[in-house]
Amino acid sequence: MKLQPLDFEKPIFELERKLEDLKRHSRAQDINLDPEVKRMQAKIEEMKRETYDKLTAWQRVQIARHPQRPYTLDYFSSAFTDFIELHGDRLFGDDKAMPAGLATIGDHRCVVVGHQKGRELKENLKRNFGSAHPEGYRKALRMMRLGEKFGLPVIALIDTPGAYPGVGAEERHISEAIAVNLREMMVLKTPIISVVIGEGGSGGALGIGVADRVLMLENAYYSVISPEGCAAILWKHRSHAPEAAEALKLTARDLEELKLIDEVIPEPLGGAHQDHEQTATILKKTIVKHLKKLTEMPIEKLLAQRYAKFRKMGEFAGDVSKNGT
Amino acid sequence: MPIFKKPDFRSESKKRDMPEGLFQKCPGCGEVIHHLALAENQRICPKCDFHFSQTARERLEHLLDPESFEEHDAQMVSVDTLKFKGMATYTDRLKTYQKKTGLKDAVITGTGKIEALPVAIAVMDFNFIAATMGSVVGEKLARIVETGTSERLPVIIISASGGARMYEGALSLMQMAKTCGALALHAQAKLPYISILTHPTTGGVSASFATVGDVILAEPKAMIGFAGPRVIRETTHQDLPPNFQTAEFLEEHGLIDMIVHRKKMRSTIADLLKYLAPKK
Ligand SMILES: [Zn+2]
Repeated sequence: MKLQPLDFEKPIFELERKLEDLKRHSRAQDINLDPEVKRMQAKIEEMKRETYDKLTAWQRVQIARHPQRPYTLDYFSSAFTDFIELHGDRLFGDDKAMPAGLATIGDHRCVVVGHQKGRELKENLKRNFGSAHPEGYRKALRMMRLGEKFGLPVIALIDTPGAYPGVGAEERHISEAIAVNLREMMVLKTPIISVVIGEGGSGGALGIGVADRVLMLENAYYSVISPEGCAAILWKHRSHAPEAAEALKLTARDLEELKLIDEVIPEPLGGAHQDHEQTATILKKTIVKHLKKLTEMPIEKLLAQRYAKFRKMGEFAGDVSKNGT
Repeated sequence: MPIFKKPDFRSESKKRDMPEGLFQKCPGCGEVIHHLALAENQRICPKCDFHFSQTARERLEHLLDPESFEEHDAQMVSVDTLKFKGMATYTDRLKTYQKKTGLKDAVITGTGKIEALPVAIAVMDFNFIAATMGSVVGEKLARIVETGTSERLPVIIISASGGARMYEGALSLMQMAKTCGALALHAQAKLPYISILTHPTTGGVSASFATVGDVILAEPKAMIGFAGPRVIRETTHQDLPPNFQTAEFLEEHGLIDMIVHRKKMRSTIADLLKYLAPKK
């Protein structure tokens, strides 16, 4: 698979192309250009480090949206094995933007759910660009209840620009579907791990994100609003998205610092799309590590910790209440 | 995709920014009404019943038994944790709205009585940064719901909101989980939660505590929805059905239990609580 460069990666890709030319030239003409090749390789390495070590928030958003980034179903068949897809919310339909079912990770049999994007137009139309309808959230909850009933932990992979803003979604109460998930996930009697693998777009992301462990891939983002949406409102133009991305503190490291997530999962240099297999391996290792701890915990303790974790989120001052917790 | 975009406000909210204006034009019928006449009528147009927005204090005054309200967490204020750099700083916004409204933030919470029935109550005030939910709103709501749980009180929340508060980034997003979590424990204790939706209730507030009431009431013609109509039109290139995202539309589509005229709200809540409130 040939990788598509993001704008800020173009100088690197350009140099890599030149390196290939040089090597070809050396072979064709049978001249030894090894010193030049070495010099150029060193330069590429340096450029990569310089670029990828200090990615801006906006660059990470672009990586999180990279069309070659691994998606939910990729992980269901790489980090997981024996995936059985189960369809439908038993109320209205089957939301293809939110596949779900049963799968195994390491020794753990699980319920899995996640947002699914498409790579090209046809697939994207089927997957609605990863934006789920109410049916998706209701299907997700139905699967989670299966997990509760059969003692299977729930793994939810988050990758959505946001819940779908459409007429049907509103008519069937997308707000209520998300809200019910928030309430029910808080008290679901089985361990839950959510991983933001790409885009964590506001309420649509959180709708499967109330969990005992919330993990984030290094270049994923998680935000109350898209950078473009925020820019349109606060800067009066979408072109200010890079500034908005910075201001929103939406990167994995930012969220870890704000204590809103539990762990950042490292990605291969340049992003998960550079090496699907390696990313899946790290993801699997991290999920299994947490599952081991969570499945050993008594359920009452687990639920108390889950509540306490979200209960602590928030920053404020002037607290002189007698009711303070 | 801006999910938590502010809804299209009617001219009404702009007019309210001019405190010196003695008269207001009714968006419902065009009648010009003196502000005292409006205030005396719970801010309902005497001619066409249009419900103008009310401040949180006004609502509490009309809903609760006199002298029964005990406010909680009155001093809690927002902080600019993200050091948000936009066109205006968050700290400046907060100061401006605190001065303009006399409020510390967008919700007032406490305990009180409705027709002698004790309740834990929260009222959002749209005049404060469009009653967006940041940490203070989330924390005050979580606390009053927890008070409801520990003191075995019904919870009443009157919502109005433009959604989550962008200036607090993901901190504000997580308030959705926090408030719903507190309500989950309240529900497990078999205590009633009545959610009252007023104009407008949107975004992260509609997608959290506002839509998980045991009973959901709404004021007539209130705009209620997840995404704003403009966002939906731009995303889908679809025409919106008539009355889309109004309380009436949502009652028809099964979200709302009852549309209640403001003057009947107090007695309706009391009637419901007589069935649902825990026996003492
Ligand atoms: Zn009128």
